[in-house]
Amino acid sequence: MIIGLNHFQVVSALLFGLGLLTIITRRNAVAVLMGVELVLNAGLVNLVAISRYQTGGLDGQIFALFGVVLAAAEAVVALAIVLQLFRARRSVDTIDVTDMRG
Amino acid sequence: MSDTLVAVVFYGLAIFTLSGAALVAFSRNIVHSAFALFATFVGVAGLYALMSANLLAVIQLLVYAGGILVLILFAVMLTSRIDEARVSNHAWGRQPAAWAVGGLTAILIYVAVKAPLKAPMIKGALGGPAAFGDALLGPYVLPFEIISMLLLAALIGAVTLARGRDAAEAAKLAKPAEAAAPVQAAEPAQAAEPAEAAEPAEEVNA
Repeated sequence: MIIGLNHFQVVSALLFGLGLLTIITRRNAVAVLMGVELVLNAGLVNLVAISRYQTGGLDGQIFALFGVVLAAAEAVVALAIVLQLFRARRSVDTIDVTDMRG
Repeated sequence: MSDTLVAVVFYGLAIFTLSGAALVAFSRNIVHSAFALFATFVGVAGLYALMSANLLAVIQLLVYAGGILVLILFAVMLTSRIDEARVSNHAWGRQPAAWAVGGLTAILIYVAVKAPLKAPMIKGALGGPAAFGDALLGPYVLPFEIISMLLLAALIGAVTLARGRDAAEAAKLAKPAEAAAPVQAAEPAQAAEPAEAAEPAEEVNA
């Protein structure tokens, strides 16, 4: 049997769904960040697969490379914020952070 | 590779990746979630290699499994107390969230299966380091420079955030010797690594 673009897209969709579920249901801020990483990975798999099967060339891979760099920068800043949050409140529970609720 | 071998490798990698992701989503212990994330990153790197994006697979291993995951593990260790590590990963609203996300994922899978994208894999080895270098310093040189500026901004921003307001004010007001102390306390990760690296060498000498 031949593995086509659809197979990779199904894997990507499932990865996205699990990441979204992690973002929605977790209360720990670090776990929410893990869900963000899962969603980003799902998007990057989709980019590489489409460039491999449909367009050819390196465009999708270069885009995925920039996506990896963006994810690294995002993780660094987000974890710095989480550490600062923990220092201020002794907790990284997203339920406790309600200062900006109207 | 023959089609059968590609199919076997693909399904193995897909199961590995998705079971890791499921453990991230459903594990009750956040340390287990972090290590399951490692499995997911390695599986995605394998999927890249299967699509002959070789350099991207290596970069995925280096940056995600080697960099981001270590950062996440440090954050987990620094922010969760030991006595609550057994149930450290609370979840709430799981059932309605599962219905909504499950419906969305079902729609995505339906589109992915039904979409008329039946093209076979384009032949030819792409994604080697030489092709990446040519592309990054040729047509993609402007995004390349912009992303280097973004990395610099993220570096400065992370240092500023991790130092905190107290440390910044202390650096302004107090003497330099006093200002240096909270900065060292704020970055145990960087201080710990040289110490660990130095210990085996001393044992060899002894």
